[in-house]
Amino acid sequence: MLVTVIGVSFLTFCLTYLAPGDPALMLLEAGDTIVSQETIEKTRKEMGLDKPFLVQYGNWVAGAVQGDMGMSYSAKKPVTEKLAEGFAGTLLLAGVTVVLILLISIPLGIFSAVHQNKLADYLVRIFSFIGVSMPSFWIGLILLYIFGLKLGLFPIASASVTAKGIVLPAVTLAIYQSAKYTRQVRTVILEELHQDYVTGARARGLSEGTILWKHVLPNAVLPLITLLGMSVGWLLGGVAVIEMVFSWPGIGNMAVRAITMRDYPLIEGFVLWISIVYMLINFAVDISYSYLDPKLRKGVRA
Amino acid sequence: MKEFVANHKLFSLYTMFVLSVIFVALAAPWLAPMDPYAGDMRNVFLPPSSEHWLGTDKLGRDMFSRLIYGTSTSLFMTICLVFLTAGLGAAVGIASGYFGGRVEMVLMRFADMMLSFPGVVLAIAIAGIMGGSIINTILALVAVSWAKYARLVRSLVIKLRSNDFIVAARVNGTKTFTILWRHIMPNVLPMVVITGAMDIGTMMMEIAGLSFLGFGAQPPTPEWGLMLNEGRQYIQTAPLMMVYPGVAIFIVVSIFNLWGDALRDVLDPRQT
Repeated sequence: MLVTVIGVSFLTFCLTYLAPGDPALMLLEAGDTIVSQETIEKTRKEMGLDKPFLVQYGNWVAGAVQGDMGMSYSAKKPVTEKLAEGFAGTLLLAGVTVVLILLISIPLGIFSAVHQNKLADYLVRIFSFIGVSMPSFWIGLILLYIFGLKLGLFPIASASVTAKGIVLPAVTLAIYQSAKYTRQVRTVILEELHQDYVTGARARGLSEGTILWKHVLPNAVLPLITLLGMSVGWLLGGVAVIEMVFSWPGIGNMAVRAITMRDYPLIEGFVLWISIVYMLINFAVDISYSYLDPKLRKGVRA
Repeated sequence: MKEFVANHKLFSLYTMFVLSVIFVALAAPWLAPMDPYAGDMRNVFLPPSSEHWLGTDKLGRDMFSRLIYGTSTSLFMTICLVFLTAGLGAAVGIASGYFGGRVEMVLMRFADMMLSFPGVVLAIAIAGIMGGSIINTILALVAVSWAKYARLVRSLVIKLRSNDFIVAARVNGTKTFTILWRHIMPNVLPMVVITGAMDIGTMMMEIAGLSFLGFGAQPPTPEWGLMLNEGRQYIQTAPLMMVYPGVAIFIVVSIFNLWGDALRDVLDPRQT
């Protein structure tokens, strides 16, 4: 897993190294002043830009390990500070969205699987099909227009984190993600319902409710957690497009601005940060397995 | 042919839809009533009329014509992306599955690295740093999407490798390239085609998303994601501007999603 973090950060570092534009010049010119060649050379030296590529990368890694990822060119603030700011917004948005996703898709998915090929199942499947075929940012724009502009219920742009401001972005993301997740829940439950132990339980005369809650669900939890982990990772990656539509102060929005302004330290910090978050989520999913699966638990102890 | 259509009614219907989309994309210059680039500053944000069926945009360009031309842009980009991704992924997968050893280790490490990272984030970074253009967008998305195909193909090839017909070909002294091309390739192709077909919709949306952020097609190219972004800025004065491109994306993505599912059912009946 650590290989991923190193690999991805190296890749981004290469990209920013090869990218057009001189960081020293950009840092200096941000103040709208004309700078002399001498000052540029001096700044280059201060920033360590005159060193060979691998040395630069090594320095950057050494700094990052100690929690220093350099200064953001555009904000003139440490990158770590900017990342923490953006991440707080994203974390809140992701949290609310995940709750919404679970509330929508688990009941819908189970309901649809239990009533397979009946009217209700078709309706749920149509909902999820429409959900996955619509671009999420478009759903966002439409919601923004109806509830923000026409009805005036929610703010159009939320420059800071507010309770009202989070509603629209979270609902937009939840619609898109729960359409996907409902489908997956349905597939997982259906698969379990076709297992032999369900037939056995039915033969023993257990009620459908007992079978579903006591036998099928505990078995379905594992694959569902894996899939949810992927969703959470995706959400924490900063859903740049949605954050931009609603001007939500999140990490994705920050990354897009960093890229437009060619703020390379911030971009590098962002990518490194995301790869660490991803690593931690995968780790958490793995750990939850050993808690939830008695087979694995025994395996660990033995 | 007749029998096939009778047996696969839904698939045939969706194929007709897909063909119509392709037709619109190819015939855009003849179907579009006006030049999609020709602006007219006296006639900006016109409402729909008999002359401009869907009205005009911020530069007075005909919306309907731009939407039609947008079909070619989106479809062309998506097809390039799907072919490049599937091709690169399949090549890597075949190489690592067939040769094994160190080649496999290095390539799969690389693939795992790409898989354990949110692709879109990296694609945004790549496309953004290289500068937004149609080609850079495609390359950025290829760079983050090939790994899934490589994994898939590799697992298929490993299963194939020990089959008698491959061993026989090798004993006969067939050149490695010929084995890969004539014996391995045809056996992995169906799965690659199915996966590719089912990915078309998603990839089209990713392209639109990057263009929406400004890291894809650049103005004045008629591209749906970009048109949505332009429409977004006039959400208060001309809300219809952002409705049309979204509807266009929705329709075309739906068609490809339905077609992909149906194609899977036709080619691989086990998975239903």
